Amino acid sequence: MSLKEKLVSSFLAFELDTDINSPVHDIRSKSIKEFEKIGFPDRKNEFWKYTPIKKVLSEELTVFKKKRHLIDFEKVKDFFIGGIESYKIILIDGTYDPLWSNTTHKGVDICILSSVLENDKYSNIISHYYNKLIDTNDSFSLLNTSFSKEGAYIHIPKNVELDKPIEIIHINSGGESSLMLQPRNLIILEEGSKAQIIESHYSLQEKNTDLSNSNNDHIDPLTNTLTEIYVEENANLDYYKIQNDLDSTSIIDNTYIDQKKDSVASCHTFSFGGNIVRNNLNFYQNGKNINSILKGITILGSNQHTDHHTLVHHASPNCESYQEYKGIYNDKSTGVFNGKVVVDKIAQKINAFQQNNNLLMGDHSSVNTKPQLEIFADDVKCSHGCTIGQLDKSALYYLKTRGIPEKEAKGLLTYAFANNVLENVKMQVLKTKIKKIIANKIGVSLGFEL
Amino acid sequence: MLKIENLHVSVEGKEILKGVSLEVKKGEIHAIMGPNGSGKSTLSSVIAGNEDYEVTKGNIYFNNENIEDLSAEERAHKGIFMSFQYPVEIPGITVTNFIKTAINSNLKARGLKEMPANEMLKKIREKANLLEIDSRFLSRSLNQGFSGGEKKRNEIFQMAMLEPTLAILDETDSGLDIDALRIVASGVNKLKNKDNATVVITHYQRLLDHIIPDYVHVLQDGKIAKSGDKDLALQLEEKGYDWI
Repeated sequence: MSLKEKLVSSFLAFELDTDINSPVHDIRSKSIKEFEKIGFPDRKNEFWKYTPIKKVLSEELTVFKKKRHLIDFEKVKDFFIGGIESYKIILIDGTYDPLWSNTTHKGVDICILSSVLENDKYSNIISHYYNKLIDTNDSFSLLNTSFSKEGAYIHIPKNVELDKPIEIIHINSGGESSLMLQPRNLIILEEGSKAQIIESHYSLQEKNTDLSNSNNDHIDPLTNTLTEIYVEENANLDYYKIQNDLDSTSIIDNTYIDQKKDSVASCHTFSFGGNIVRNNLNFYQNGKNINSILKGITILGSNQHTDHHTLVHHASPNCESYQEYKGIYNDKSTGVFNGKVVVDKIAQKINAFQQNNNLLMGDHSSVNTKPQLEIFADDVKCSHGCTIGQLDKSALYYLKTRGIPEKEAKGLLTYAFANNVLENVKMQVLKTKIKKIIANKIGVSLGFEL
Repeated sequence: MLKIENLHVSVEGKEILKGVSLEVKKGEIHAIMGPNGSGKSTLSSVIAGNEDYEVTKGNIYFNNENIEDLSAEERAHKGIFMSFQYPVEIPGITVTNFIKTAINSNLKARGLKEMPANEMLKKIREKANLLEIDSRFLSRSLNQGFSGGEKKRNEIFQMAMLEPTLAILDETDSGLDIDALRIVASGVNKLKNKDNATVVITHYQRLLDHIIPDYVHVLQDGKIAKSGDKDLALQLEEKGYDWI
């Protein structure tokens, strides 16, 4: 049986506990039907041309978890941003962990999605916001809608500026292999509100890895996550994604952000590892004077692969979008950047900027980069550029004449190349943490405080 | 300190220096002048260790050691510094972090301990004052968006921090206005002592009004055509290079 057939036939059993009259059941049923129609994409599909997703779609994957796995607090703690107070929503193997989470209903809702999906009190939220933004031609979005039951639910009311950041931490316990997790987040920032959110995915090394059977029975886990975000009038969102996972774990991330007039939303994606990581980041601008900022740093090694597909849909005049993605590819790692900007006829006087720079450090590393502009308005400014290359020789020489040895000079230049993308990160502790990861990934000890 | 013997240098197969000999002793300031294309920048690059330049004949000794096979960073560790005519812009690394890395790399290479943070900070402040550099300037990305004057001032600031025994200033006066020229020159003069040496490479005489050389050499077509004292520079200013 193929994975598609297996998932489709799993659906009924998976939905056994859900009230068949609930709106959510209806949404899920429709999604699985759509998924059944279109199935998984292959590389003939332009959207998936450079990412061999079939490789991680093993028919052994399952949406059913055998049991709950406990993990040490010490291990969980490592995944916290640290150094500051924060709200925390922690999910282990897709199940909410109340012990280490720090949620609230005081004035704001920072809690779990299941409480919304299963509670009539929130039917209004479901009908207004749930599953309204997704691309119904995307197999993985449909699949997530069919099987997702848990994730973060964040609702910030009008004019509330959140006092501390929110961490959404998804952990794969490693307790069982071949798990296909389907986390789902719903985030609503009402008019004039403000929030900072960090979403991260981590896997723990699989327990009891027995070498004798690891090649046969072991199937690497796959996370198919989806996030819907509403940034209403004059609201301000800073969203950060940290993807720094084991070489064996793959992630498919679909994020949909809907912005209303005068709002500002930024999304930083830090991709530092994983087997195959695919990010579909979609911004929809619905109102004047919107600003959207998309930034990313990708540092990969070994055979890792990361694919950034971005979409900014300018559907209103006088808006801006700014995309800056940098990639550093070591060993045999590979990358993709596909940045699509759509400008509707009505969206005059917009300014869309897009930049993708890549350093190929490994002899066998490669990157495919492609800007894609669809412009139907005539009074707009759209610029894009991409580079693929090595470190600047003249800069290297300059550093060496100051007594900095070649290895350190290369490390410093590589660090500088990536570091540049961090200037908009307002949260200092996060900035420092990311800088440390970058320095560590580049493998150079820098002679200064980060 | 620096002894150059019959130096021939080629770039991409083209011979630029055709037998340059020069000796610089400690405590001295030498000026090297010459028209465009005479090989001035080639001479400074080859002393600093730029691998794009190939020495085909002759020797460069620094403190009686032949440095031909040393890399640029090894030459820096020995105490050679070059102020660039066109300093490279490096976004993403601040002036302060760059200079800290450079200082500690040099200390480490010389088998010494890293400089403690408070001592480093004190030294940075002191040298920044010397060159009238604003502290905000130090937290900007290295040379990025700097004006011509700021870049050159930053070069001399690095020189002040690294305290080389031999400083080569390649066209340090180009792109400087009168005030910046005065600040840079006075910085260089304050850093001068009886144990170090400076080689000033310049196209114009005006820098030499501020940094008074002990010797002036005229480089023409890859060779030193004439040597003299500071009056030679004045004569050149008056009569032009054709006069040689």
